[in-house]
Amino acid sequence: MNPTRQRRLTIVIAVLVAVIISAALVVYALQQNMNYLFTPSQVQAGEATRYQNFRLGGMVKQGSIQRSSDSLKVTFTVIDASGAMPVEYNGILPDLFRENQSVIATGHMDDGRFVATEVLAKHDETYMPQELKDAMAKAHAGKHIDEAANQDKAQP
Amino acid sequence: MTPELGQLALILALLLALAQSTLPLLGAWRNNRALMAVARPAASGQAVFVALAFAILVSAFLHFDFSVQYVADNSNLQLPWYYRIAAVWGAHEGSMLLWVLILNVWTIALALFSRQLPEVFVARVLAVLGIISVGFLCFILFTSNPFGRLLPMPPDGADLNPILQDPGMTFHPPVLYMGYVGFSVAFAFSIAALLGGSMEQSWVRWARPWTNAAWGFLSCGIVAGSWWAYAELGWGGWWFWDPVENASFMPWLVGVALIHAQAVTEKRGSLRAWTILLSLFAFSLSLLGTFLVRSGILTSVHAFASDPRRGFYILCFLAVVVGGSLLLYALRAPKVAGGKAFALVSRESAILIGNLMFTVAAAMVLLGTLFPLLGDALNLGKISVGPPYFGLLFPLLMLPVVLLLPFGPYLRWGKSDAPLLRQVLVRAGIAAAACAVIAAFLVQGQLKAIAGVASAVWVGVGVLLYVLRRWREMPAGRRYPAEMAGMLLAHLGVAVFLIGVLLSESLSVTRDVRMSPGHVASVGGYDFRFDGVTQTRGPNWEAEQGMVTVSRKGETVAVMHPQKRTYAHEQVQTTSAIDAGITRDLYVALGEPMDPQHVEGAWALRLYTKPFIRWIWGGGLLMMLGGFVSAADRRFRVKRTAEATQTAAASVQESRA
Repeated sequence: MNPTRQRRLTIVIAVLVAVIISAALVVYALQQNMNYLFTPSQVQAGEATRYQNFRLGGMVKQGSIQRSSDSLKVTFTVIDASGAMPVEYNGILPDLFRENQSVIATGHMDDGRFVATEVLAKHDETYMPQELKDAMAKAHAGKHIDEAANQDKAQP
Repeated sequence: MTPELGQLALILALLLALAQSTLPLLGAWRNNRALMAVARPAASGQAVFVALAFAILVSAFLHFDFSVQYVADNSNLQLPWYYRIAAVWGAHEGSMLLWVLILNVWTIALALFSRQLPEVFVARVLAVLGIISVGFLCFILFTSNPFGRLLPMPPDGADLNPILQDPGMTFHPPVLYMGYVGFSVAFAFSIAALLGGSMEQSWVRWARPWTNAAWGFLSCGIVAGSWWAYAELGWGGWWFWDPVENASFMPWLVGVALIHAQAVTEKRGSLRAWTILLSLFAFSLSLLGTFLVRSGILTSVHAFASDPRRGFYILCFLAVVVGGSLLLYALRAPKVAGGKAFALVSRESAILIGNLMFTVAAAMVLLGTLFPLLGDALNLGKISVGPPYFGLLFPLLMLPVVLLLPFGPYLRWGKSDAPLLRQVLVRAGIAAAACAVIAAFLVQGQLKAIAGVASAVWVGVGVLLYVLRRWREMPAGRRYPAEMAGMLLAHLGVAVFLIGVLLSESLSVTRDVRMSPGHVASVGGYDFRFDGVTQTRGPNWEAEQGMVTVSRKGETVAVMHPQKRTYAHEQVQTTSAIDAGITRDLYVALGEPMDPQHVEGAWALRLYTKPFIRWIWGGGLLMMLGGFVSAADRRFRVKRTAEATQTAAASVQESRA
């Protein structure tokens, strides 16, 4: 091998090694940090049990916001057309957080409630994030199938 | 009547852009000087009409012309005049118009200062810029017309999104766009070089200041955006790895690689094909960034409602620009490749490694940003990629860059000697280790903070050693030419940035507390006393204003007034109070009243102390300054008439061949 080729080979090998290492790292980091979005009815149907952390999206139920009297703890219920999920959060809610508004909370399930570490509400009255709209539409479409399946099970 | 004139001006601009993009290309191909000469006047005419359209939109905002839908949607009678001007680019349609206006500014500058370049080449460059302009003008005219009427005219408009009513936000988009669009120059140069089938080193020398300036603007825009997020969003963070932040960050990363690759190509002629490829990437990512922000396809703080027609057009436009330029690259790149060989230990190698890291980092960010779209397309469910993904991978990728950085200026082109490098390694290494040990005692073993001090000292001492060496060895006046001064400033910016990021990330203290008037909370050695909330009002908002007195060891340090503003249409916006300092920021944001009926009672407050956070933006501004200073080097502007004529002759021959 002449020096030029040797140099090129070194570079190619170095690039390959770098690519492999970074690809492995990317896959690892992605696996650790992918957050799925579910609606309350999907969570109740058990779709989220596989995930430690996930995002819960839906509407804040009217009259469900309860503040603790001596700390920043706040509880509220997130609903979609057919499900409801109590959420607990310790901290300051975003400016746009209201009743009957869409909200996306990141956190995990604990004893039947969703413990949020982050609550986002970033849109005006008329606009719902496309992502959430799709998820809710999908949840409702799935709901019909689930109901049919449950009825089937219930009968025998 | 006037808004229709604006639309007419845009149509005329489109026609001129069509002329600018086709005729000179035809001329360059057929070697017809008359057709090539169309480029400059067409570009000037287009700029005049685009500027006219923009001025008409500005005047519609200033005169409260609510019969224009866009004006009615984004301003109202109470909005102060400076925010009415900012409202021009406050939403999708206007920001697209701003984009085209800035593209025209760059085009005109290029047409003016390109006299010493061969005519064929300039014709091609201006034609490529014309094509981009056609794409954007069509997008505006067919899907996002800012001059659409709203009849009957409403008595008052809606409001500019309150989070945009901030000084940082008024100049963030234009500066950012200056950066995005600035990369179009390097892009046009590369396409022109590929079309012509040759790339002269002198052309790269000519293109370099443009890339540096564009990158400087982009840095400035990103710093402004980050500062705005910190001051305005009330979360106290300065970077969220939000899709839209990533959108501006990707071209920046590729821009760093491009600046360095261009230096190699200009000085040594090597890495030509790579430089071209990078400039294609930088501009493609700028386009992607522009569209990601406004298209609403990704959930983000910046997302606006989307229109499927726009998405489709954007997709087609991106496919044509990215696909077309890559196809051209595949066909013609082998023809322009070449240059001198270099050894393993050389400046070229170091730059190449840095380049690799920056491009991989940009690819990593791209993957994380677009992964939700990918997951959606593959039916994996609704996924978002959390900040820890970026937070883990980005520092890992930048580690080699930081380690190599002090050696940069010492490395010679072609082949470098080891002893000098060893000397730098020993000196900077000892300094970094010593400071790390001292820091370890001060920060009680916070690893991230120690790493911050060590890496910053490593880079900073490396740069300063070189500054000292130049000072000793070179005669006065020739010590720091602008190009080098810019490089040193930007590299020093990296050191300052490292201090800011790693110290503020590891040493910040945040507390969300419930406070009644008179209550004192202690955060990071400071005592925050809440003195209650009063009502106040501004030009177009009312606010609850809290008063917080901060003291340290009994001495009052600052009195802060965080606000919770309510704008027209019940839009609520938190305005945090910040007491700035070189070594620390105190930051207070009002949360919400614990009992909405009694706002004078207890409130939720967010209290922060953020050590060294200002250094983050300081570092960013130093990098920006570096970009501008090196762009100003006289060497780039010296006329080389003889050389230019020669290259012209050569390229005409080549294009005929």
